Amino acid sequence: MSVDSDHSLRKAWYFVTPAIAWTIAFFVIPFAFMVSVSLASRVGRQIVYSWDLDNYINFFSKSYLLKGLFVSLEITFLVTILSTLLAYPLAWIIAERVPKKWQRIALIMAILPFWTSYVVRSYSWLLVLSTDGVINKSLLQIGIISEPLPLSNTTTATVIGFVHFFVMLLTLTIYSNLIQLSPNYKRASADLGANAFQTFWHVILPLTLPGIMVGAFLTFVLCIGDYITPQILGGNNELTLPQIIMMQLGRRADIPTAAALSIILMGVVTVAYLSCLRWLKMERT
Amino acid sequence: MIFKKRDGYSQYRFFPTTASVAFTIAIAGLNSTSVLAQEELNALVWCDHTDAALIEPFEKKNNVKVNLKEYEGTGAALSIISQSRPGDWDVLVIDGVDVPRAIDEGILGEIPNNALPTADFFPEVVMEDNNTRNGKTYAVTEKYGYNTISFDKSKVDISDMKDMSMLWSGKYDGRIAIYDYYLPVIGLVGLSEGIDTNKVNTSNMSVIKDKLLSLKKASKLVGDVVSSQTALATGEVDILVGGGEWVTAVLSAEKPNLDWVIPEQGGLRWSQSIGVMADSGKKDLALKFVQYITSPEGQAKLATSSCFWGMPANKKTEPLLTSAQKKALRWDNQADYLANSQLYPIPDATLDDLMQDNWTEMLQN
Repeated sequence: MSVDSDHSLRKAWYFVTPAIAWTIAFFVIPFAFMVSVSLASRVGRQIVYSWDLDNYINFFSKSYLLKGLFVSLEITFLVTILSTLLAYPLAWIIAERVPKKWQRIALIMAILPFWTSYVVRSYSWLLVLSTDGVINKSLLQIGIISEPLPLSNTTTATVIGFVHFFVMLLTLTIYSNLIQLSPNYKRASADLGANAFQTFWHVILPLTLPGIMVGAFLTFVLCIGDYITPQILGGNNELTLPQIIMMQLGRRADIPTAAALSIILMGVVTVAYLSCLRWLKMERT
Repeated sequence: MIFKKRDGYSQYRFFPTTASVAFTIAIAGLNSTSVLAQEELNALVWCDHTDAALIEPFEKKNNVKVNLKEYEGTGAALSIISQSRPGDWDVLVIDGVDVPRAIDEGILGEIPNNALPTADFFPEVVMEDNNTRNGKTYAVTEKYGYNTISFDKSKVDISDMKDMSMLWSGKYDGRIAIYDYYLPVIGLVGLSEGIDTNKVNTSNMSVIKDKLLSLKKASKLVGDVVSSQTALATGEVDILVGGGEWVTAVLSAEKPNLDWVIPEQGGLRWSQSIGVMADSGKKDLALKFVQYITSPEGQAKLATSSCFWGMPANKKTEPLLTSAQKKALRWDNQADYLANSQLYPIPDATLDDLMQDNWTEMLQN
C-alpha cells in the first residue's frame, strides 16, 4: 500500500470516527443496555438481572398485551394508507396545477397546522369530534342524523388525528419528488400515444414511488411509536403498544417489561424498514 | 458574519450588537444570580397543589421557589422517585392508604409529633394507623373526599344513581365514563358486589374483574382527572364512575346540573397525605411547607384548588370558606358521608400486580 493511500485512509478515519463514536455512545450502548434490562425482572422497586425471557414470554402469553401490538399495527396501516391517498392528489395539485409563483404559498397553507402544538391540535380534534362538537352539530342541524355520532374517544378519532398530521408530512415528501420530475417524461409518454391516465399510471407514479415510500415509512415509524394522540383522542378504549409501555413505566415502575415491549416495537419497525428497503432510495436511477 | 465588512455597514453594526449581547448576558447573569440566591423546594404532588393561589403566598412569605411535579397514582410517584437521585425531592403528596408503603420503603422522613395541628382535624381523617409508625409521625392527612358516582342530574334519574346496580342495567350504556385509577374503581365495583375494600383479595378479584369488564362494555371512555371531568362537563357522558365532589364541586357555579351521590352500597373515601422526604436536604423548609398546607389558610386554598376541590382535613378551615363553597363540598353532611364510606383497598405486591393486570385488560376490551 502506498504512502498516499495510507494517508487517505487515515484521513477518512478522522472524518468517520466522530460519527462512529456518536452512534456507539447514543445508540449502541443505550440499545445494549435496554436489551439487558429487558432480560431482567422487577422485584419491588428493584431491577434484578435474571437473564431470562420472562418479559417476552409474558407479552406473547397475555392477550391484552399482544392486542396492543395488533391495535398499533391496525391504526398505523390505516393511517399510512389514508394519508398517502389524501396527500398524493394534494401534492400533485400543488406541483402541477398551482402556478409556480403560488406554489410556495400553497405549501405553507398545506403545512400551516404544523405550526400549532401537537398536543393542542389533538385536544382541538377532541372538541371538534365531541357529542356537541362542530361535526355532530352540523349533521344534526342539516338533518342527516337524529342522534350525535360517537366520534370522540374512539379509535376512529385517533385515526382522524393522525391522518390530519401525516397528510402534511407526506404532502411535502411527495411534492419534492414530483417537482424533480422532468417534463420530458410526460412529453415522451404523450408522443408514444399514452393518454393522461396512462402517463400517470405507467410513468409518473412509478417515478414518484420512492418519495411515496419515504413518506409512508416516516408515517409508519412516527405513527406506531406515538403515545400522545391515542391517549388524548382514543378515550383509553383500545390501548396501543406505546400506551402500554407508558403504563409499565408510569404506573408500575416496571422498567424491564417496558424495555422488552420497546424492543418488540423496534423489531416491528425494523421489519417495516426491511420490507420497504428496495423503494427507500433517495437517488433516481 | 458581523466582522465581514460589506458596504461599510457591518462594522458599524458590530459595536451596538456586541453591546446589546453583553447587556443581555449581564441582565441574564443578574437574574440567574438572584435565582441562585433564592432557595428552592421540590415537591412531588397531586394537581391540586399546582394552583398559584395556593403556592404563591408560601413562596412570597419564605422567599422560596417551589418546583412542583404533578402525578396521578402512587405507582407513578414511586416510578418517578426510583428514577430520581436521593435528595431530588423534598415533599411528597401521596394517597393516604399508601403512606405505610412509603414508610416501609424509606421514602418518608420523620416529622416532629407536635409540629402539626392534627388536634383540629376531623377525627376520622387523622388516620394515625397510616400516617404514624411506632409513635413516630411520617405524614399528615391534608385533604379528603369521595370516589362515588358523579352525574348530570338533568339527564339521569337521581334515584338510579343511588343504586350502583343500575350501571349494569343497560339503561345508561354508552353514557358512562370511568375514572382511570384502578384502586378506587375496583373498590367501588367490589362494594357493588358486597365486598368491603379491606376484603378484596386474589380470590375474589375474578368476580370484580368480570363486573369491571361488563362496566367497560357499558362505558364510553376511561379517562384521567381532566378528561373524565371534561367529558362530564361537556355532556360527552352523563355519569362518571369513581367521581365525586372532586369533579363537580369545582364546576358548581358554571355547571349546577352536575351532582354526586354516595350510593346505598357505599362509596370510597380518598384522602391525600403530605410528608417530608427522608432524603431531603431541606427538611426544615419542607416541614414549613407541610405546616402551611395544613394551616387553615393553606387548607382553604387547597380545598378549593382550581384542579379539583375536596374537603380540608382541618376543621378550623370552616370560617375561611364561603357558604357556597361549603355547600358544594357538602360540609354539613360529612358525618353521614364519613360513616357510609370505606378507605381504598390496600393491596400487597401480588394483589397490586393482579389488580393492574385486570385493569389493563379492562382498558383493552
